[in-house]
Amino acid sequence: MFEFEFCIAGVMLISLILYVLTGGADFGGGIWDVFATGARANAQRKLITEAIAPIWEANHVWLIVIVVLLFVAFPPAFAAISTALHIPLTLMLIGIVLRGSAFVFRTYDVKEAGEHEPDRNEEREQSGPAYRRWSRVFAGASIITPIMLGVTLGAVATGTIHVNVENGQVDTDFVSSWLAPFPFAIGFFTLTLCALLAAVYLTLETEDSALQEDFRRRALIAAGSVGVMAWLSFMLSAEGAPTIRRGLSSSTWAICFHIITGTVSVTGMWAIWKRRFRLASALVPIQVGLIIFGWGVAQYPYLVAPALTFSNSAAPAVVLRLLLIIVGVGAVIVLPAFYYLYVVFKGRRRT
Amino acid sequence: MEDLLAARAQMAMSLAFHIIFASVGMAMPLLMVIAEALWLKTGAKVYLLLAKQWAKGTAILFAVGAVSGTVLSFELGLLWPGFMNYAGPIIGMPFSLEGLAFFLEAIFLGIYLYGWERVQRYAHWFAGVMVLISGTLSGIFVVTANAWMNTPTGFSIANGTVTDINPVAAMLNPSSFSQCLHMCLAAFLAVAFATAGIHAYYLRRDRSNIFHRKAFAIALTVGSVMALLQPISGDISAKRLAKHQPIKLAAMEGQWETVHGAPLRIGGIPFEEFEETRYAIEIPKALSFLVHADFNAKIMGLKEIPKENRPPVAIVHIAFQLMVACGIVLLVAGCLGGWLAWRRKSLPIEGWYLRFVTLCTPLGFIAIEAGWTVTEVGRQPWVIYNIMRTADAVTPMPHLIVPFLSFTVLYIFLSIIVIILLRRLFRSTLAKAVSAGKI
Repeated sequence: MFEFEFCIAGVMLISLILYVLTGGADFGGGIWDVFATGARANAQRKLITEAIAPIWEANHVWLIVIVVLLFVAFPPAFAAISTALHIPLTLMLIGIVLRGSAFVFRTYDVKEAGEHEPDRNEEREQSGPAYRRWSRVFAGASIITPIMLGVTLGAVATGTIHVNVENGQVDTDFVSSWLAPFPFAIGFFTLTLCALLAAVYLTLETEDSALQEDFRRRALIAAGSVGVMAWLSFMLSAEGAPTIRRGLSSSTWAICFHIITGTVSVTGMWAIWKRRFRLASALVPIQVGLIIFGWGVAQYPYLVAPALTFSNSAAPAVVLRLLLIIVGVGAVIVLPAFYYLYVVFKGRRRT
Repeated sequence: MEDLLAARAQMAMSLAFHIIFASVGMAMPLLMVIAEALWLKTGAKVYLLLAKQWAKGTAILFAVGAVSGTVLSFELGLLWPGFMNYAGPIIGMPFSLEGLAFFLEAIFLGIYLYGWERVQRYAHWFAGVMVLISGTLSGIFVVTANAWMNTPTGFSIANGTVTDINPVAAMLNPSSFSQCLHMCLAAFLAVAFATAGIHAYYLRRDRSNIFHRKAFAIALTVGSVMALLQPISGDISAKRLAKHQPIKLAAMEGQWETVHGAPLRIGGIPFEEFEETRYAIEIPKALSFLVHADFNAKIMGLKEIPKENRPPVAIVHIAFQLMVACGIVLLVAGCLGGWLAWRRKSLPIEGWYLRFVTLCTPLGFIAIEAGWTVTEVGRQPWVIYNIMRTADAVTPMPHLIVPFLSFTVLYIFLSIIVIILLRRLFRSTLAKAVSAGKI
């Protein structure tokens, strides 16, 4: 059980959870940018921008970590996934490019105003046509990208990517694995998770109680949507992803796991309702982490069902051992730096 | 367009686009760190202004570099699953180290760009140094993986399958040192001269502008040092090629026959149908001397190997000539600037020299693009030299023309926007600089 490939797979799962908790929330910020409404629409946008500007690039690296670990440790799985799911992955990449670019362009596409009139500068920044144009691109891309990420993960879970283990060839029509109800349910499920995370985090980013209320309302809506999508995904999994379904429903630990996840989710919602925002922003990430963790464990022992397991697609032990050493050293260096980044920008504000 | 060609075009276009932003991400931190260090040391506010203004431009370029780099890491699988399935474990080490370095780069860049008011000034400067170190390491690791494709080592093949993988040996393959050195110097050279060129342009309009003077001085100094070092690194690369990839060297030089005492060709067009290079100025025996320090040393020609194993000679030869030409112009610009500065004991800001440096703005980047063309096209028809053909690595996915065109349109669009935004930024730099002059 504690062989190298399972350690790497564990690191990948943790990285995916961290990606959704951090990078996913950045996409969620983009989603709330679309729905910025009312008298405080501009204030909402400003809050979202300031919250994600310093950290989104670092958050984004978790995705690169996952991809690199996948192609180094499980090369046949990487080849199979990127062949059969070429289309959703390409759409996701276009989303990633447009989201990141539009976000910085929006910040810098400001007609210069003199240094001596910063207020005017800010006002133009918020309402100028360039700002609105980039906002639309940023928001649209922030919606497409998590959906396509979810579609990809959902398609892997369907067990319809058939790989010939002998020669590594993939038998695929490039479409049917992902263009199905279950992967898209997972896509929208991912979208609601991102929206929920962002709304909950944003309640802590401001002292302004009206703004806090705005994001409290949004968090409640998102939490409800998460519940609906979770239920829908589970229903569709009977047809769409039988292996996962078995893993998620048949054993005692699975039932316990559901009870824990459910309790955390409901408590999280209660905390949002009661305006216990610190508590909510601790519980909601745990809820999201548990959901992803549950999926990961239900995949076991398959990486790309039905042919590729973690064991039969793993790279040679010498490669995995070295990779684990690099991951260990990397964790010692990167995690404190990552933490420092958050302390600098997310520590209690002194204004 | 057949799918293999579309896949190659998409990969080439993605790399050509990304390398510009990646170079900026590597080299701009050096300029910013120097400016900020001068501010910390002298307290002169102009240096702080400079570091902040450079940081704004870097923020735009780094973001585009980060997302286009993500595209590349996926494209390895989207376009070349056969290659990744084969090579993934062997070259996994540099890729995972690159992921690590890039993580640090993104973290400290966030602190550098947005943390001016949030961390202490020395902590801020240190964040810049960390961006510089991790950015450079990240570039080195990626180039190492490419070097392996040129000189694959660290494994053996038994019955068509890979065995005895030694990731460390693969990473430290014979091309790693020369390629990494050449690319790092190229990035600093290109970015420093582009920066110097842009500031030279504004300096010509306003010689007394202290902001542009300081910017020009820092960028030109860095650029000149790199321009002086780059020929040494080029020499190391050529000697490595002669030993490990003689056919690539032959294509670069348009050398068809194996001879003792091969000439160095300046210009000329290789004709593949006649198997000869015409219209070149030939310096007798110079190539043999440069590569082997012996005027009569033997140089392998393209005719040694069958036609189907040769790279497209004309592209490689012309790209190589272009790269060298750009490098020489930059070397002249650097030497001239150094000589003028030494003689006058002041910044060389006479009109003709500023005009010359302004014209040099794109040359470093043209050299980088041409150099990568030499490396990549010169390796064809192989994706892993002498082991796997590019045609055998491509995805079975049909209609690859669609993603190729989509990404091309997307990247052209982004390039236009980036240029517009940087121009605007430089104009506001100008406005600020003028007001800074009043302070």
